[in-house]
Amino acid sequence: MPNTILIALIPLLPLAAFLLLGLYGKKYFKNFSGIIGTTVLLLSAAFALYTAYGYFFEYGKIDGIYQKLVPLQFTWLQFSPGLSIDMGIILDPISVMMLVVVTFISLMVHFYSLAYMKGDERFPVYYAFLGLFTFSMLGLVMASNIFQLYIFWELVGVSSFLLIGYHYDRPSAVAACKKAFIVTRFADLGFLIGILVLSFHANTLDFNTLIQRLTVDGSHELHTAYTSMFLGASALTWGTVLVFIGGAGKSALFPLHIWLPDAMEGPTPVSALIHAATMVVAGVYLVARMFPVFSMSNGAMHVVTFAGIFSALFAAVIACTQTDIKRVLAYSTMSQIGLMMFALGVSGSNLESGSLNYSHLGAGYTASMFHLFTHAIFKALLFLGAGSVIHFIHSNEMKDMGGLRKYLPITHITFLIACLAISGVPPFAGFFSKEEIMLAAWQHNTVLYYITLFTSGLTAFYMFRLYFNIFWSKGVIVHGEHHGEGGFAMMLPLVLLAIGAVAAGFIPFGNFISADGKPLESEFHWQFSIAPVAVGLAGIFTAMWLYKNKSNKPAAIVTSLGGFYKAAYNKFYIDELYLFITKKIIFNLIGRPAAWFDKNIVNGLVNMTGNTTLIISEKIKGFQSGKVQQYAIYFLAGLIGLAVLFIYLWKPG
Amino acid sequence: MMEPGLYHLLFVSTALFFIGVYGFFTRRNLVTMLMSIELILNSVNINFIAFNKYLWPHKMDGLFFSIFVIAIAAAEAAVAIAIIINLYRSHQSIDVERAEEMKF
Repeated sequence: MPNTILIALIPLLPLAAFLLLGLYGKKYFKNFSGIIGTTVLLLSAAFALYTAYGYFFEYGKIDGIYQKLVPLQFTWLQFSPGLSIDMGIILDPISVMMLVVVTFISLMVHFYSLAYMKGDERFPVYYAFLGLFTFSMLGLVMASNIFQLYIFWELVGVSSFLLIGYHYDRPSAVAACKKAFIVTRFADLGFLIGILVLSFHANTLDFNTLIQRLTVDGSHELHTAYTSMFLGASALTWGTVLVFIGGAGKSALFPLHIWLPDAMEGPTPVSALIHAATMVVAGVYLVARMFPVFSMSNGAMHVVTFAGIFSALFAAVIACTQTDIKRVLAYSTMSQIGLMMFALGVSGSNLESGSLNYSHLGAGYTASMFHLFTHAIFKALLFLGAGSVIHFIHSNEMKDMGGLRKYLPITHITFLIACLAISGVPPFAGFFSKEEIMLAAWQHNTVLYYITLFTSGLTAFYMFRLYFNIFWSKGVIVHGEHHGEGGFAMMLPLVLLAIGAVAAGFIPFGNFISADGKPLESEFHWQFSIAPVAVGLAGIFTAMWLYKNKSNKPAAIVTSLGGFYKAAYNKFYIDELYLFITKKIIFNLIGRPAAWFDKNIVNGLVNMTGNTTLIISEKIKGFQSGKVQQYAIYFLAGLIGLAVLFIYLWKPG
Repeated sequence: MMEPGLYHLLFVSTALFFIGVYGFFTRRNLVTMLMSIELILNSVNINFIAFNKYLWPHKMDGLFFSIFVIAIAAAEAAVAIAIIINLYRSHQSIDVERAEEMKF
């Protein structure tokens, strides 16, 4: 059986590191805080690996099906019998996989930051925040109760806020962290309402019970959830779509993606953590966790599918035009996350045949989780590689780079591997996972398949545009002295992640993770992969033709595309649209009248009370004259008045 | 020679009371005001004695009450004079009109 204490220690160790470094780091561990944080994470990662091994190979599988185990659960807040917020640990294939991914990526980031953040004034604070971030994500992954997940969900939001705004002396970083927090918080409102709707109908907050009650055919809860309609959609659809809005906010899906590119203001290792393992995959994880419930509602599945594919395409187009290397990577994350969501969305499609049996769920679920897994590895590698480049060049702009392959040999090779992986070139990791997504898309709908194919080609194009611009292109432009690649601490994570990016694809993922816990037969046809690989290679060669040597071909294409390029370069004016809606419409139509009402009516009432009191007291203050004899006269007058009242006027009975 | 009745005594006591009240309201000298208060108290004493004598001649309550009032009046006079002395020390005068700091 699972070793509960070890599993509980996986998130608690980073929390301990956060408390230790946050409270005493500045005083006692000024120089060791990085080592403390890294060691703690190393332990966590080791426990996570041990747990994963145990789960997948020893106790997780019963009768050929991976079970949902809940080794630890205690009631935290009880509202009524059967309805409580519990704190617990859930072990199922996706949570165990996420434990490994989060701890591993976080460990790499911790280790990498030892060199990258060296000499920073707030070094201990940085490691404390990293610990908090890891803790919240691990708690989110393990949550056995939807409300527990929500609590950690918000904690993830807070810690990303802290890390994005780490350089709080830069106004742009401050603006970026506020933006990230507000946008995701806004989306979380949807999540919260979704939780309330779903738990109202299922009458529980516990994941296992909720999923069971809302998916068993003919159950009372499912029936009411289906039949209570609101604005033409069932309560189930509303609940799942609202939950999905929360996921879309965290996962930066259109139109809630605007915070993601700005989040690049954080230190680069933090971006790696946010993009690869924590924040943005939280949304995908949420949908995967609630997948059986989502799959009960065709409407919700369509929303997930189209939000996913649209974000994927949209972000890929923008990524082709950006010049800040971290922004290119940010949009590429958005695109890949969109693909994962899309894969989840198409995997429930077989439901339309009328069967509610899990075994009919498509391959998209496995594909999505597989892509999440491989994407975490190569995206972390890309960001850490970009960090290494930025560390060397001290700039984020492509125009300052070029010909760096001679100066950064290890970064160059690992970055190339990551680019090949994300472009879906065999035998790198991205090839296998993307292939499964394509397959799921193909089984679902041909049009969507071609969109996916096109997106995948664009991915290859912009990744290699990035690669050639950094490492080839112009001649060498390095100023007098340079400090090399940043040493062992920065190179080791790159190499380890590169090995992962090469090898991770060969894991027989379908054996471990599937929607129903049973091994999924992988339907791998080499004929099928010809088209995606060809499109990917086409993207790569186009990028090579345009950017390998400095030429004016890109500029010519830009001019020929004209307005479209300009729109894409400006991110299709989504930010401006938001500004327009908030500043021009909401502020003017709602904000200002509300302000007027507050200033004149609410404030006016308060002022009126004050003024009236003042005027009256001004009038009557003469009574308090300080003259003893006057008081005596009042006293006597009162006495006489009372005497008259009682003797002559007041007749009792 | 006419024996004085209850009404005569009540008249005296009422007159004494209002002389006292008038003095209390019009005099500015604190000692004089104190004396006015003594007049008021004594008018009350006369009332007690008069009612006791004419209405319930066999009871002693009125007498005891007036003795009680005299005792209290003595104590009150002591306190009042202490206050007057302190007021004199701080204001160099015992004019009530001058001691009116405690106002709005």
